[in-house]
Amino acid sequence: MPTIVVDVMPKAELLDPQGKAVAGALGRQGSTRFTDVRIGKRFELAVDGPADEAVLAEVREIAATLLSNDVIEDVVAITVVD
Amino acid sequence: MRIGVVTFPGSLDDRDAQRAARIAGAEAVPLWHGDHDLQGVDAVVLPGGFSYGDYLRAGAIAARAAIMTEVVAAAGKGLPVLGICNGFQMLVEAHLLPGGLIRNAHQQFIRRDQVLRVENNGTAWTSGYEAGQEIVIPMKNADGNFIADDETLKRIEGEGLVAFRYAGGVNPNGSLADIAGLTNERGNVVGLMPHPEHAVEAGFGPDTDAAMKSGVDGLVMFRSVIERALQPA
Repeated sequence: MPTIVVDVMPKAELLDPQGKAVAGALGRQGSTRFTDVRIGKRFELAVDGPADEAVLAEVREIAATLLSNDVIEDVVAITVVD
Repeated sequence: MRIGVVTFPGSLDDRDAQRAARIAGAEAVPLWHGDHDLQGVDAVVLPGGFSYGDYLRAGAIAARAAIMTEVVAAAGKGLPVLGICNGFQMLVEAHLLPGGLIRNAHQQFIRRDQVLRVENNGTAWTSGYEAGQEIVIPMKNADGNFIADDETLKRIEGEGLVAFRYAGGVNPNGSLADIAGLTNERGNVVGLMPHPEHAVEAGFGPDTDAAMKSGVDGLVMFRSVIERALQPA
């Protein structure tokens, strides 16, 4: 049964307060080589049956309309994992 | 005048919004998220809270609830809709208002009595205020940080869509351009992060210079929509 993974990230040009907080924590623990941290979301959609083009088209639609808000986020990847 | 207040799973301030509607002189009509029925109300309030646990994004799942189909359609025909806090988040998720609301810049939940400046008093919910009037409304949220891209912000400012701006020298959550609340072009849909329904009755509102907990600036929002309904079209 395949799983389709959808990765969503906050838009690059917009503030990511959570990523910023983690970047601050890294700096405080001495990991100074990392200049930025951004936090996104990973959705795993289990599908009953083959992940064919129709299924992927539906996932692209779901990713664009429900899983992400295109005002603040981008869908960066849709991947099929068996 | 009948003001409907929608209850979603996780709504917290639906009863307070009903109470505010009653104090302002309207009949409060409880509406249910799972219904496709606005029961013929003259205005709708989407209340504060954490609908559906705010999973996914604040207000995102509620924005796709059955009743929102009706709210979006009715708003398109001019029905006054007020989104408070979580309700504001639903309105941006439903694309009735522009931009987005993300985690507060300082990552903290914040509760304070906040000074707001009324930027647009030409809306269904703000006509009782003077333009530029400063009011005090309690706020309490973790995801009230308004953002928009440059083009959207330019449109918001250019078309006068800012209904309320944080004032008194405090931007409590990092919101772009100090934006606390927005209206749509038509002026029937208004959303804001602070809670006008918590400033409607002396003794239970924010502190003012006159007396503790005496602030009732939020009542004007509910009165505005009632006054509007009473005027001949």
